[in-house]
Amino acid sequence: MKKVNKATRKNFLTYALVIAAYGVLQSMVSSGSISSAMKGMLVPICAYVVMAVSLNLTVGVLGELSLGHAGFMSVGAFTGVTAAMALKGIVASAPLRLLIGMVVGAGFAAIAGVLIGIPVMRLKGDYLAIVTLAFGEIIKSIVTNLYVGVDENGLHLSMLTNKLDLGEGGRMIINGPMGITTIEKISTFTAGFLLVMVTLIIVFNLVNSRSGRAIMAIRDNRIAAESVGINITRYRMTAFVISAALAGAAGTLFAMNFSTIIASKFDFNTSILVLVFVVLGGLGNMLGSIIAAAALTILPEALRGFADYRMLIYAVILIIVMLTTNNKAVGDLLQKLLPGKKEEEESHG
Amino acid sequence: MKKTLALVLAMCMLAACFAGCGSAKTETAEPTAAPAGDAAPSADAAPAAFKIGGTGPLTGGAAIYGNAVANGAKIAVDEINEAVGYTYFDLRIEDDAHDAEKAVNAYNALKDWGMQLSLGSTTSTPCSATAAETYADRIFALTPSASSPAVIEGKDNVFQMCFLDYPTQGGASAQYIGTMKLATKVGILWKNDEDYSTGLRNSFVDKAAEMGLEIVSEQTFTEGNADFSVQLTELQNAGAELVFLPMYYQPASLIFAQAAAMGYAPKWFGVDGMDGILTMEGFDPQMAEGVMLLTPFNADSKEAKTAAFVAKYRELYGDTPNQFAADAYDCIYAYKQALDAAGATPDMSNEELCDLMIKTFTSMTFDGLTGTGMTWDATGAVSKGAHGCVIENGAYVGLD
Amino acid sequence: MTTLINYLLSGISLGSVYAIIALGYTMVYGIAKMLNFAHGDVIMVGAYICFFATSRYHLPPLLGVLGAMAVCTVLGILVERLAYKPLRSAPSLAVLITAIGVSYLLQNGAQLLWTPNPKVFSPIVGNGRVTLLDGQVSVSHVALVTIASCVVIMLGLTWFTSKTKMGKAMRACSEDKGAAQLMGINVNRTISVTFAIGSALAALAGVLLCSAYPTLVPTTGSMPGIKAFTAAVFGGIGSIPGAMLGGILLGVIEIFAKAYISTQLSDAVVFAVLIIVLLVKPTGLLGKQINEKV
Repeated sequence: MKKVNKATRKNFLTYALVIAAYGVLQSMVSSGSISSAMKGMLVPICAYVVMAVSLNLTVGVLGELSLGHAGFMSVGAFTGVTAAMALKGIVASAPLRLLIGMVVGAGFAAIAGVLIGIPVMRLKGDYLAIVTLAFGEIIKSIVTNLYVGVDENGLHLSMLTNKLDLGEGGRMIINGPMGITTIEKISTFTAGFLLVMVTLIIVFNLVNSRSGRAIMAIRDNRIAAESVGINITRYRMTAFVISAALAGAAGTLFAMNFSTIIASKFDFNTSILVLVFVVLGGLGNMLGSIIAAAALTILPEALRGFADYRMLIYAVILIIVMLTTNNKAVGDLLQKLLPGKKEEEESHG
Repeated sequence: MKKTLALVLAMCMLAACFAGCGSAKTETAEPTAAPAGDAAPSADAAPAAFKIGGTGPLTGGAAIYGNAVANGAKIAVDEINEAVGYTYFDLRIEDDAHDAEKAVNAYNALKDWGMQLSLGSTTSTPCSATAAETYADRIFALTPSASSPAVIEGKDNVFQMCFLDYPTQGGASAQYIGTMKLATKVGILWKNDEDYSTGLRNSFVDKAAEMGLEIVSEQTFTEGNADFSVQLTELQNAGAELVFLPMYYQPASLIFAQAAAMGYAPKWFGVDGMDGILTMEGFDPQMAEGVMLLTPFNADSKEAKTAAFVAKYRELYGDTPNQFAADAYDCIYAYKQALDAAGATPDMSNEELCDLMIKTFTSMTFDGLTGTGMTWDATGAVSKGAHGCVIENGAYVGLD
Repeated sequence: MTTLINYLLSGISLGSVYAIIALGYTMVYGIAKMLNFAHGDVIMVGAYICFFATSRYHLPPLLGVLGAMAVCTVLGILVERLAYKPLRSAPSLAVLITAIGVSYLLQNGAQLLWTPNPKVFSPIVGNGRVTLLDGQVSVSHVALVTIASCVVIMLGLTWFTSKTKMGKAMRACSEDKGAAQLMGINVNRTISVTFAIGSALAALAGVLLCSAYPTLVPTTGSMPGIKAFTAAVFGGIGSIPGAMLGGILLGVIEIFAKAYISTQLSDAVVFAVLIIVLLVKPTGLLGKQINEKV
């Protein structure tokens, strides 16, 4: 029994599993033994994994329910893609443009996180949740009515109606409700993997640092934390803004994987979807979030064989999984029905 | 611990699902799944059928359109297979829930299945996403109903079957209103988060000035909007004698009901997307009395081919087909005509078929349910006529 | 001026629909402390039942409404038994996710059962309207019935919770489940009854919603569901008069924002107002401020 540190061991396990998964999948891609369906999902899965891990920071570590996480993804997607598209012709290397896009996306999402965090962090519980929902919807409304174009004079912006008067050779980037339709697909699985790794490094280092312990102290007992001199607002904001910035980078990665993206993609339902990953994977359990995000992204695709009943079965599986994970009686029943599944891992309980 | 157990269980379920699907897929997917795979190995497997795939919203808020396309295409495929006596077409429509991400997933699943010809996607945003994929993979696509210019722009192998709304239909409506002197003060109520509606509105506005129509008020709405009281009041206060409604019939039915409830009764002028309003279960045709529209397809037509299609659709699906179903039906027949004309065989690779289809579609003339003498230009846009109709006593009457 | 009054009236009528839905949300939240995201879909089921009763089987509207309420009550109890009751001691997030699962289930079930083709709901009270001030101001009968039922339901619920035995039990449960149990209140039964009432209200809301906005599809309930949830928080979740006030204000703000700001940004305005209200009064307009004990 080596007694390293339970948390550290778990973190290294997580890194190892992610790297192993990347190695296996990447070798399958290069040997061509992977199906197109699976290959097409690799980048979205990376984006959802980053979304889930970053939301887990807010919900699991900070302990506040956020129903508007997709809003940050939207900010990151639209600003990041705009930056990458505007730099086309200036920066030749596609991976570099993607990187710049992600940094810009993360930066703007962080700014949005600060702006939203100031009012949100004054609230608690379900009221905080509804305000994040409200901000998510506001972001969606604003982006839906945003028009951005680029010409030799730089970027042009207008709201509500398309009043852009672009010069010679100018092109529209964000076309209001139609979104961006001419995205150059430069996201790659490797870029996605690197983003997942960066996210994990940031989150694990934060959680295991002094700040992280302060944040968890606030989650567990706010008043006690305050009484020992922890600056509540500062730590809560730190976690919230980092979570927003990571979601922004994920948004850029996600958007650059499709030729078209619209604001209504990042609505309440997407926020909820990511929340489902987090809750299913376990609050504060990053490895769980990763597995849940990957599994639940693949699940609807794997169910295509059921045709019309696909989403119905998805819903039933979701309910059953929630019941088994949270109810002893139902869980025991299933355990009896499926013998030989007496599992592992005494590491957390 | 419980959590881990459940997750493991979930993963097992998932793995089981995948294993099931995977094994089913590999039987057929081999010939085209690997990018390197060419036509040679598929010849000895001797697939007798052309594999046509498409994506559409079979679930969710836009499900009505995807299901109409799936049903319309299925009728055409069954008819053709029966007529030739063997499986000529193998059709598969996958669900995309009106979402670009899921559409690409669905498209990739179809690619694994071995799709040779594509029906693109039913709706515009998902179709822009899948069109980029079909372009990269050199699979020919003919979308029944995605009308956005972004769908075909810069892609030589993506074609549209739906009525070209830019610039024809909106302009034609303005011209019709102007020449028939139906009104001089015109209002427009359009859905500004939809390509279809926006395109029609733009072309209408361009032509309206030329025809001497005064646009007194323009009102917009977005997806999910159910309350039109403000928009209708503004139109009424602005004195609009005629309101142009470039939209599908679902919001239109709400608009008619609310206008009736507030006692506002201008002349309504619709577009082809309005077709289907009379077939909504529970719709009071009185509400749509006097609505004028230009439509390429008319489910009440006495024309033999249309009547047969409508009868079969009703028998199989218990509903009256709308133009989406008719467009999809036409797509399959257009493919049949083009494949026959080009002498294509199912053992050809998607690249070969793609080149053949680009050549054939730009040179052929096609007669279908949604128009006669249809032709396609190199951009992939279709050109076909539309008929003016007015709804009288719950039926379309030609306006000529 | 008359336009303003017309807008106010449509706002109140829209708001009354939100209010009825919000009453259901608030009741369930107050007692079970859970955000029941499937509530919007129960509305949809109610509207479908009423539609089939009146349009397909030509039953009188009143029977249609009662039928819808009965079916939804049973549905509500069933869902509570199967999906929520096993999670009574689980963290509230788990219940939230289960509720979302139930919502998906109802929507997709409805689509399979009733096809995604839109149905046109015939209003339960006909299409007439009342005009005032020389016909410049008009209110439809549907709007009048909606507003009236909203007021009646609110008063009824207030009476029920303050005067009846069951109502008092509900309030006790919402204050402190453990103490209520010690006082001999059957907590499980109380929660079931709450779900039954909430679902019956949802059915009624569905009928009224579809009478005013008659297109019925399997996703009909989701947007009004979210708006009503917002309304419930706006008024102070858990408070019955608060839900009604929140609903009506939300409707009026939405219509005014459309009329005087922008039809495209109306939702953003509604949510912005919500945020401002919550910043000033962190527990909603009529919500109770609960101080954390050290």
